[in-house]
Amino acid sequence: MIEERFDAIVVGAGMAGNAAALTMARRGMKVLQLERGEYPGSKNVQGAILYADMMEKLVPEFREEAPLERHLIEQRFWMMDDRSHVGMHYRSDDFNEERPNRYTIIRAQFDKWFSSKVREAGVTLLCETTVTELVRGERERIVGVRTDRRDGEIHADVVVLAEGVNGLLGTRAGLRARPRPDNVALAVKEMHFLPRETIEARFNLRGDEGVVIEAAGTISRGMTGMGFIYANKECISLGIGCLVADFQRTSQTPYGLLDQFKRHPSVAPLIAGSEVKEYSAHLIPEGGYKSIPQLYGEGWVVVGDAAQLNNAVHREGSNLAMTSGRIAAEAIGLVKSRGEPMSAANLSIYKKMLDDSFVIKDLKKYKDLPPLMHTQSQNFFLTYPQLISKAMQNFVRVDGTPKAEKEKATLKSFVRARSWTGLFGDACRFARAWR
Amino acid sequence: MNVESLVRVEDKLYYNRYLVDIGHPHVKVRAHTTPSPQLLALLKACPARCYELNDDGQVEITVDGCIECGTCRVIAEPTGDIEWSHPRGGYGVQFKFG
Ligand SMILES: Cc1cc2nc3c(=O)[nH]c(=O)nc-3n(C[C@H](O)[C@H](O)[C@H](O)COP(=O)(O)OP(=O)(O)OC[C@H]3O[C@@H](n4cnc5c(N)ncnc54)[C@H](O)[C@@H]3O)c2cc1C
Ligand code: SF4
Repeated sequence: MIEERFDAIVVGAGMAGNAAALTMARRGMKVLQLERGEYPGSKNVQGAILYADMMEKLVPEFREEAPLERHLIEQRFWMMDDRSHVGMHYRSDDFNEERPNRYTIIRAQFDKWFSSKVREAGVTLLCETTVTELVRGERERIVGVRTDRRDGEIHADVVVLAEGVNGLLGTRAGLRARPRPDNVALAVKEMHFLPRETIEARFNLRGDEGVVIEAAGTISRGMTGMGFIYANKECISLGIGCLVADFQRTSQTPYGLLDQFKRHPSVAPLIAGSEVKEYSAHLIPEGGYKSIPQLYGEGWVVVGDAAQLNNAVHREGSNLAMTSGRIAAEAIGLVKSRGEPMSAANLSIYKKMLDDSFVIKDLKKYKDLPPLMHTQSQNFFLTYPQLISKAMQNFVRVDGTPKAEKEKATLKSFVRARSWTGLFGDACRFARAWR
Repeated sequence: MNVESLVRVEDKLYYNRYLVDIGHPHVKVRAHTTPSPQLLALLKACPARCYELNDDGQVEITVDGCIECGTCRVIAEPTGDIEWSHPRGGYGVQFKFG
């Protein structure tokens, strides 16, 4: 198929792969990018919120060109029980700024556009090509890839593994472990279409203003998980995800959870009368800092979800993917400009640069949170939401009961459910993990 | 309340676009007489309900509706119960929105 030799091969045309390929091509490197989908984005699923800062570093003019949905002026957090939600809303007109900070996007469309910028920069992209194996040379060095196209191997000085959360190639080659059920969440998602005016009226929006809702509570039936509702121009992205280990343990079905979430009295009116046009599912890396694998080796680096670089606490992933892709490419560019080989020792600069970035700093900050949430899921996702909802109802309902009595009853229900030591312990553990 | 019985996953899959690679299933179940707990878990955990129990009590897979999430790989590849690969280039689910 391809006789020529490349400076770099990038596996995957998602956020991380596109960032890496673009950055290397702009530094004059000869880059081949391989994508198994019919077009970039055809295999990718996201909520999806795009963080402008990280995108701007790659394509400064993206606001004028990219297919963006709505810029976010409001964020809602919902703590849900079966019939109610306790919410916190943050809405600010400051977000109606000239260069908005966050947008909703539709991944399949966005990736197609992002990829057009990558090709403009000179990258050779081959779609409909699944990479089946990494090719090793002397001293276990990765020297290229094998694809499912007929004509065999393609060689390059370095392979950038941007293959996403499943990361088949890296795990098959023994470069890192397979994702574990307690390290990844399964999210299912639907796209609900409604007239633009209906969405704006239901979410209290004008023009291209947008809002996102993150929801937790009994909707995950005691499993570690979250739901989300994001307003796009003419559709609503709605989904829910839980740890795979929890699905395995509880025998809950993903579509059962999604359906229940959609029927919730706080959610149903938002999507009433909509036409569903897609049902998708995808894994999300949730292991955090402690699950980050070896990031580089002889002739290879790994970026994005394949390296578990995903901040589940803040629901950030694509920005970490873009940033790690860009930084890996800059590191490779440095090694190349010195005329040195793509050895593990030389590529270790990628890790140093990443350690200095927000990517690793943020993941390190929350290193204890994923295990805490996973072992305490019953309390955080079932007991507390129910208690908080009951307390709120008690607080707002006017029924002739003296206020002091109400407060006492609320306190008692907390203590009965978790005991004083339990409550204190949970609070301390949470505070420590958050710090 | 049994929500599951009310949800028809098959109907959801009709929204999606697929290019089925006939004769080349990308996920296979190892032959077995009695299914392992991991294989049984897939009956519920697979979001496209690709796994089903046949009349002999064995777990079978039909990959046509697979949305390529990898959940079954994470659960049942370590035990050797299934073999999991990506579909050949260009085949499988083609998301329009994602
Ligand atoms: C439901 C959901 C909601 C999310 N919400 C948000 C959000 O709001 N904001 C946010 O920032 N992040 C969010 N994320 C996380 C974000 O989607 C990921 O972190 C990001 O997509 C990772 O980018 P990536 O390039 O590493 O991987 P991907 O985007 O998964 O790209 C990997 C690419 O590699 C290709 N590929 C894989 N293997 C091969 C192979 N062998 N041969 C050829 N090609 C291959 C795939 O087809 C794919 O195109 C969400 C994720 C999910 C699932
Ligand atoms: S990859 Fe996902 S959708 Fe496909 S069979 Fe496995 S669990 Fe089901």
